[in-house]
Amino acid sequence: MKSLVRIFAIMHKELLQLSRDRLTFGMIIGIPLIQLLLFGYAINTDVRNLSAAYVDEADSHLSRQLLADMSATQVVVLRQRLASAEELTQLLDSGAISVGIAIPDDFDRRVIARDRPALQLLVDGTDPIILGVAEQLASIPVRFDSQTELRERQRMIEVRNFYNPERRSAVNIVPSLVGVVLTMTMVLFTGVAIVRERERGNLELLINTPVRTVELMLGKIVPYIVIGLIQLVIILAVGRTIFSVPIMGSEWQVLIASLVFISANLSMGLLISTVAATQFQAMQMTFFFFLPSILLSGFMFPFEGMPEIAQGIAEVLPLTHFNRLIRGIILRGADVSMMMQELAALAIFTAVALTLAVLRFSKRLD
Amino acid sequence: MKDSGEFAIQARGLTRRFGALVAVNEVDLDVPSGKIYGFLGPNGSGKSTTIRMLCGLLTPSSGQANVLGLDAGRDSEALKQRIGYMTQRFSLYEDLSVRENLQFIGEVYAIPRRKRRRRMDELLGRFNLKGRERQRAGTLSGGQKQRLALAAATMHRPHLLLLDEPTSAVDPSNRRDFWEALFELAEQGTTILVSTHYMDEAVRCHNLAILDRGVKVADGSPRSLGENIDTHVIEVRAPDADAAHLALHGVPEIVSLTRLGSKLRAQIPKRVPEPSAIVALALRRAGIAAEVDQVFPDIEDIFVAVTELREGQSEGQGAAGS
Repeated sequence: MKSLVRIFAIMHKELLQLSRDRLTFGMIIGIPLIQLLLFGYAINTDVRNLSAAYVDEADSHLSRQLLADMSATQVVVLRQRLASAEELTQLLDSGAISVGIAIPDDFDRRVIARDRPALQLLVDGTDPIILGVAEQLASIPVRFDSQTELRERQRMIEVRNFYNPERRSAVNIVPSLVGVVLTMTMVLFTGVAIVRERERGNLELLINTPVRTVELMLGKIVPYIVIGLIQLVIILAVGRTIFSVPIMGSEWQVLIASLVFISANLSMGLLISTVAATQFQAMQMTFFFFLPSILLSGFMFPFEGMPEIAQGIAEVLPLTHFNRLIRGIILRGADVSMMMQELAALAIFTAVALTLAVLRFSKRLD
Repeated sequence: MKDSGEFAIQARGLTRRFGALVAVNEVDLDVPSGKIYGFLGPNGSGKSTTIRMLCGLLTPSSGQANVLGLDAGRDSEALKQRIGYMTQRFSLYEDLSVRENLQFIGEVYAIPRRKRRRRMDELLGRFNLKGRERQRAGTLSGGQKQRLALAAATMHRPHLLLLDEPTSAVDPSNRRDFWEALFELAEQGTTILVSTHYMDEAVRCHNLAILDRGVKVADGSPRSLGENIDTHVIEVRAPDADAAHLALHGVPEIVSLTRLGSKLRAQIPKRVPEPSAIVALALRRAGIAAEVDQVFPDIEDIFVAVTELREGQSEGQGAAGS
């Protein structure tokens, strides 16, 4: 009973302080909104409208037909016709174009003889996504009798895009963004929580009261769980209204998965807070945790494509498991009961981090 | 409240090392219940470290302390319900208001709501903080902050208060008010241990321990400390104090000479017979008119006698040893 009173005392105090701290308060609402708008509009894996220039030395019916086909894909926009391949290289070097198309004067002959590549695509390989697009362009069939045969060949393999038939990036991005934003803010908030008390001198008073370490930790975590849920609602609501991202699964399951994930991140933050000596150190450590989370969790790159070591690290990070959960529930309408191991992984992470934080924290100064 | 026996604190051989530095060295303490006990010493003399060991924040390297019948090292959690501790630096929340700070402390000590409210009103009144309930603690003056900190430290009616240099950032009139509050608490039976580097505050204590570089060099009531120092104090009042100072400077029997306006205070070891005569003779030889009296040592004389003169001794010993 007294224990509850003390936990409530810490919570009450945290909320009071939070309501006075305008910057943090702004971050709670600002970070999810800004991230959502930035990522939602800017990240587009379905690339279109790359600047291209071409040299058509053949200037034949076939070459013009090919250029028209490429244009029709909307992947490239043919901006300029140049006189020589050297000019193409120059434009590519200067960054003015991303793709250069060089058609030699014996283009028609090469297509018929099929002994050498008929044309060249010069591609800015500094961006892997553009490189991927070039592969797509290279698969456009070039032959005189293309009309009939090509249709038949394309039907051999049909791709059916489940869950995101319109290939809208926002549909992939928004659910994952819930995890990214929560990782960033939750770890940071609790990461500075105890260090700040130490820096301001409050801790010496606090550890001389009957508050137990576990009570202190819980009192610091609970207010931020509520804040995490507020952020969750903001992201999903804005995602739904602006980007039309539907929630296929049950809202309750989204809530459960998010609760466990938020607890995992808050515990991680507390652990950081018991290790760091200053708020600045705590922020650096938060970043050290945040970066691999973003890069390895499957938010940026597909999990399966990563080397085994990276996959191993990713399995430890809460964001990896949360990404699978939230994408499953929101996009596929999956049931949490099908993904219990992900939920369990998050719960174990929480328990371990919280235990370590409690063990590391000492109510003494030595 | 007077239930914890004759002594609120008893420590034996209390020692704390930080690496090679011995911050507190073999300190014995007997702090009587219901009294104000002072720690006097310059910065770095081990006052804070001793207080932190007594409230269980620091583990002693050796020795042990019995506080309110509990072992300060082992039973520190049980002890926390019964002691109040005021840190040297203001450690309440500057972004919370006066009332919110007190409320937080009350909640943390799990004082029932109704009792807590009554206690808060009582403390706000006693420490003259009425009308400032809604003010943020960070915007209070030094004296107000200290009163708030003392109110917070006494919120749960502790039997023992440990105050670490509570008045170091407070102006003289506020210091007097603060001490009035301490006497009131002591009269109600609270034992108070207070560290200070102000001489005038030290004399106000019932008992006093003087710390010097981690060692307790003297303790007792201000009166008994004066009786027990190894020197006689001779006061010299001369119209030309400068000349008198010069004249007495080379006298071998005088181990310490302090100038206070037109007065001089000279200390002469007790083993030397007729100390006033020696001083009077030295002045007469130099042709200086002055009144010479043997007086009872004041706190500064005591402090000089037990710290600086000890320093001379230990240096002498050090030189002999090497």
